[in-house]
Amino acid sequence: MRAVRRAAALLAAGTLTAALAACGPASGDGGAASGDSGAKTVTVFAAASLKAPFTALAKQFEATHPGTTVTLSFAGSSDLATQISQGAPADVFASADAKNMAKVSDASLVEGSPRDFASNVLTIAVPPGNPAAITSFADLARPGVKTVVCAAQVPCGAAAKTVEKETGTTLKPVSEESSVTDVLGKVISGEADAGLVYVTDVKTAGSKVKEIPFAESAKAVNTYPVAALRTGRNKDLAAAFIAAVTGPEGRQLLLDAGFGTP
Amino acid sequence: MNRRKDSAYSGIPRWVVAIAAAGALFVLLPLAAMVARVNWPQFIPLVTSEASLTALGLSLRTAAASTVLCVLFGVPLALVLARGDFRGQRLLRSFVLLPLVLPPVVGGIALLYAFGRQGLLGRSLEIAGIQIAFSTTAVVLAQTFVALPFLVVSLEGALRSAGSRYEAVAATLGARPTTVLRRVTLPLVLPGLASGAVLSFARSLGEFGATLTFAGSLPGVTRTLPLEIYLQRETDADAAVALSLLLVVVAVVVVGLSYRGPAPAGSGSARSAGSAGNHGSVAP
Repeated sequence: MRAVRRAAALLAAGTLTAALAACGPASGDGGAASGDSGAKTVTVFAAASLKAPFTALAKQFEATHPGTTVTLSFAGSSDLATQISQGAPADVFASADAKNMAKVSDASLVEGSPRDFASNVLTIAVPPGNPAAITSFADLARPGVKTVVCAAQVPCGAAAKTVEKETGTTLKPVSEESSVTDVLGKVISGEADAGLVYVTDVKTAGSKVKEIPFAESAKAVNTYPVAALRTGRNKDLAAAFIAAVTGPEGRQLLLDAGFGTP
Repeated sequence: MNRRKDSAYSGIPRWVVAIAAAGALFVLLPLAAMVARVNWPQFIPLVTSEASLTALGLSLRTAAASTVLCVLFGVPLALVLARGDFRGQRLLRSFVLLPLVLPPVVGGIALLYAFGRQGLLGRSLEIAGIQIAFSTTAVVLAQTFVALPFLVVSLEGALRSAGSRYEAVAATLGARPTTVLRRVTLPLVLPGLASGAVLSFARSLGEFGATLTFAGSLPGVTRTLPLEIYLQRETDADAAVALSLLLVVVAVVVVGLSYRGPAPAGSGSARSAGSAGNHGSVAP
């Protein structure tokens, strides 16, 4: 009886270990195999706002580099920076601001030095009917207008604070969201009368929002840097992808998406 | 009674204990890892900063309000589900329990289309002068939405295991339904109700997804502690970890309080505690 029990325990422990082991290195093996054999993979961590141009660029890159796969991971720049510092296997990092790139380069994880490849400015997004009749940045501070902005801790919020300071306008937002997509979501759903988002976000949202451009947005320009990572497996491919981003084809795709030149 | 419990059969196979230990470790290890990352010299300043205290205060207030709403609506719901006998009862139960398995962000979107400015009820409410969007009310609604099933499940379980014998007896003695409910049923399931309320409170305290989607994030108005943690994580990992630990401690205290009592949510003790109270209240 006791022997049976012990055997059962061993079996259970064995199964558990096997199960855990199966979850673990499987992906690692795959990665190593693809690095060694003909099929090459370049893993790109990119800011969420780069989704449209980078997806198109990855397709072009795969076409011009046969046998290559570009794996894209889009998220908030600070999330990506944290993941990279924690050892996430990425070859290229494209950040939406210099601050998060600095986090990665301060940890000595950047190969060479980062290159600026695009810029983005804030704009006002309102629901299609523009219910609060917003025409300028100052209108956002009007009492009764439900304005939503990013919190000062995230890049779009920092940019909004800069514009406030430059124009001497103090906004009283009804919400300070932690990502620009949340701001856009509140405008699209009609909860907010206006939101401060990036020009590229308005472009992505299409007819779901209306853009009210304002001249003061030029006071806070966000620059996007890109860099190869020291932890990357595929240094040549990483360099080639960055060349594509900063080259003419990348520039055109970024311009189409609403980005400016750095 | 205690001795009898000791001599009772507790033949848990050793391999079950081994797997149970692995399971417990799986929960405890990440928490321990988080505690190890706490910046202790800075801990007190971090958790007592104005932003943290504002968020904690808002969290406690909204969670308390949500718990009151959960009890208010959850008790009748649990009674109807446990004691009622009608068509569509199973369907009703499935729908009431739905928020348990729904991702909170889905709950947030659903609430938005019901109570938002452009929503089903939101427009009429706005005409009536009630604005829910971006208000603390929105936070309470989001928390109640996700926490209600916890109360309903606990209480319905307690009601079912308590059985309806005593209620039937009380009814044959001439007690009206409301009297039976007040004097027999509720005292009988009080422990179940209490643990359900505590679980709802704890779930409300941890609510994040629905609040973020539906209510927004403004200090003192809608930015609860989980939202503050999410935001702090962007810039100050130390603050995020310190606040996370604070939330863990609050949750442990809250849950500990409910399960420390003599009658946990278990069916057997709920019944014995209930029947003891029952004799006292009905016999005279």
